[in-house]
Amino acid sequence: MKPLIQKLVETDGPPGYEGFVREVIRSEIQPLVDELHVDALGNLIAVTGQVAPNGKRIMLAAHMDEIGLMVTHVDEQGFARFTNLGAVKAQHLPGSRVRFLNSALGVIGRERAEEGNNFPDLNRLYIDLGATSRETCPVHIGDVAVFERPFADLGRRWIAKAMDDRVGVAVLIETLRQIRSTPHQLLFVFSAQEEVGVRGATTAAFSLDPDIGLAVDVTDTGDTPKGIKMEVSLGKGPAIKVRDSGMLTDPRLVAWMQRVAENAGLPYQLEILERGSTDARAIQLSRAGVPTGCLSIPCRYIHAPSEMVDSADVENAVRLLLELLSRPANLS
Amino acid sequence: MTASKDQTIKTPTIGAAQLKLLKRLCQACAVSGDESEVRKIVLEQVRPHVDEVYTDALGNVLAVKHAQGEARLRVMLAAHMDEVGFMLIHDDQDGFYRFDIVGGIDPRQLPGKLVWIGREHIPGVIGVKPIHLTSDDELSRTIPLENLRIDTGGETTKVKAGDRATFATPFLRLGDCLRAKALDNRLGVATLIELLRLAPGNIELLAAFTVQEEVGLRGAQVAAYRLNPDLAFVLDCTPAYDLPAWDGSENAQYNTRLGGGPAIYLADSRTISDPRLVRFLVETAESAGIPYQIRQPGGGGTDAGAIHRQRAGVPSVSVSVPARYAHTAASIARLADWRQTLALVHAALQRLEPHILSQDR
Repeated sequence: MKPLIQKLVETDGPPGYEGFVREVIRSEIQPLVDELHVDALGNLIAVTGQVAPNGKRIMLAAHMDEIGLMVTHVDEQGFARFTNLGAVKAQHLPGSRVRFLNSALGVIGRERAEEGNNFPDLNRLYIDLGATSRETCPVHIGDVAVFERPFADLGRRWIAKAMDDRVGVAVLIETLRQIRSTPHQLLFVFSAQEEVGVRGATTAAFSLDPDIGLAVDVTDTGDTPKGIKMEVSLGKGPAIKVRDSGMLTDPRLVAWMQRVAENAGLPYQLEILERGSTDARAIQLSRAGVPTGCLSIPCRYIHAPSEMVDSADVENAVRLLLELLSRPANLS
Repeated sequence: MTASKDQTIKTPTIGAAQLKLLKRLCQACAVSGDESEVRKIVLEQVRPHVDEVYTDALGNVLAVKHAQGEARLRVMLAAHMDEVGFMLIHDDQDGFYRFDIVGGIDPRQLPGKLVWIGREHIPGVIGVKPIHLTSDDELSRTIPLENLRIDTGGETTKVKAGDRATFATPFLRLGDCLRAKALDNRLGVATLIELLRLAPGNIELLAAFTVQEEVGLRGAQVAAYRLNPDLAFVLDCTPAYDLPAWDGSENAQYNTRLGGGPAIYLADSRTISDPRLVRFLVETAESAGIPYQIRQPGGGGTDAGAIHRQRAGVPSVSVSVPARYAHTAASIARLADWRQTLALVHAALQRLEPHILSQDR
C-alpha cells in the first residue's frame, strides 16, 4: 500500500478544493465500481454490488481533504497574510513550507514576538513567496495552500503531511480492490470538507440514506513522551472508536467490530478520543439516524506537517474491514 | 448573455422608490424571532411580482417566480429579514427593564443608546450612571450587561418582558452614503425584492426572506429544505473595516472596503463557497464592467452556512454589500456598492445555465 499512500499524501487537497485528490482516487477506483459520481459539495461517491437478502447498504467514508491555508491579503511588500481552513495549529507554522494549488511555494514567517515565546496568533504570521511587491507575488486573495512535506518511509512507520485522512482513503481503496464477495451494497464516500465541520459527509449521508455508516479516519495516540492520556498506541492495531467529542458510537457496531476482529485473530484497540470527531458524527445524525461506527488508524502528530502512522495498523485495518464486509452484519 | 429577447429587459436601478423602501425596511424593527414588521413589508412588496408566496412555519417568506420553459435551474436567493437587538427579560418596575442581547452585539456599545421597544416602537434609553457620580475605577471597566437597564421613563402599560427592542436610529442619506441601523440585512432584503421585480425568465427563482439568521441561520435551514434548490445565492451585508491603521501601517484586516463594489465570499467560518459560482460571479462582473471585491476569507457566516449543507448539498455563494460598523446603532454603506451588488446579481442570474453545475468544482 505504500506507493498508493505516497501518491495520495503527496497530492494536495485543502477543504473545498479537493479536485486533484479526487482525480487520483477516481483513477484508482474507476474500474472497480458499478457507479461513480461527484455530488454538489464535491464528494466522490462510488457504489458497488447489490444488497443480498441478508445484506445492508453500508456507507464507508474517508475524507479526501486536508487542513490548509487561504490567503486573505497580499501586502505592498508581497507578503501574503492568511487564514486557516480547518484546525491548523499556529505552533506548527513558523518555518513551515507551504505549496499553493497553482504550485507556488512559500515559507511561513512570523512578526517579531513581543511577548516571549507564546504560540503566535495567525494574524501575526505571513507567507513569504520570495516576491518583492504585491504585483510580483504569485498568489492572490483566496488562493489556497497546504503543507509542503513529502512522504518518508522510516521502516515500519511512515510520515507525511495529510496522513489525516489519505491513509483512510488508501484503506478504503485497498478494501475495494481486495473484496471478493459481500452480501452488502457498499457505498464508498470519499468525502469533502471534513476538516471544516464534516460538511461533505453530511450531504452524502442524506443522499445515500444508508442502513449502516462506517467512517475510516485517523485518531490520536497516547504513547509519546508526556503525551495526552489515551489508551491508543501506534502499532497495536486499528482502533474501534467507542466515543469522541462528537459521537457516541452505536454499541452494536462496537460489539460487531470487536467480535469480528477477535474471530479473525486481528489486533485492535478500543478508542476514546476526548477532542475531535469524524465523518461518523454526520452520518449518525443524518435523516432519522443511522447506526454508525468508526475504524481509526492510530496517528501521531495529527495536523502537524508530518503525521506518523504504523504500516501494520494500516494493513490490519484493511484486513478487519474485509472481514467485516464479507459477511452479513450481525448487529443484535 | 442569454437574456430572453421576447421580453423587455428591465435594468436594475436604485432610485427614489428603492431608497424610500430601504428607509421603511431599516426603520422597521425585526429582532430575530419577531420579524413580523419586516415580513409585512416584504409580503406587500413581492406579492404583485411573484407566482407564489407564503410564510412558512418559522416565519420565512418564501416566494417563487416561475421560469419560462422547461428544465430550468432552481435558484434560491436568500436574504435574512432579522436584525440583532435586545429582548426585555424582566420588569424591574417603574419603567426599568432588564434585557438580554439577541445576536452578536458588543456590550461596550450599549450604555446611553436610545432604543425602540416592541411592535409600537415605544421609546426607551439604556441608562447609565452620569459621569459626576462615576469613579475613575468604574471608568476603566466595561459595564456588565446585568447592570444595565432599559428605561422607558415610566411607561409600563405598552411594554412587557419578552418584547424585543432595537437601536432607535432614523435612516439618513448623506450624499452617496446611507446611515441606518439594520443595514445588515435590509440591504439584502431590498435587493432581493428588486430582483423579484426584475426576475429573468431563464431560471426558477426561489426567494427566501429568512428569519433568525443572527441567532444561527435557523430560518435558512428549513427554507432550503423546503425549496430544495439546485444552487443558492445569499445576499447579505458584511462589515467593512477599511480604516487607516493607527500607526500608518498597511491595514491587512479590512474584511471589505466601502466603494469596492459587491463583496464575493470565498470562505467564512460556516461555508466554503462553491468555486464554480465564485468564478461565475467574477466572470460576470468583469464582462459587465461591474466593480467587485473579494471579502477577506475568515470568520463570520451567512445563511449559506445552513443552505449548502441541506439535503444532498447545495452549491452556494454569498454576495454582500459592505457596511461599516455592523451590529452597532448605526452603520454606513455606499449607495454605489448597493447599486453594483444589485447589478451584479441581476446580471449573473440572467446568464445562469444548467451546465454551470456540470463543470468541475
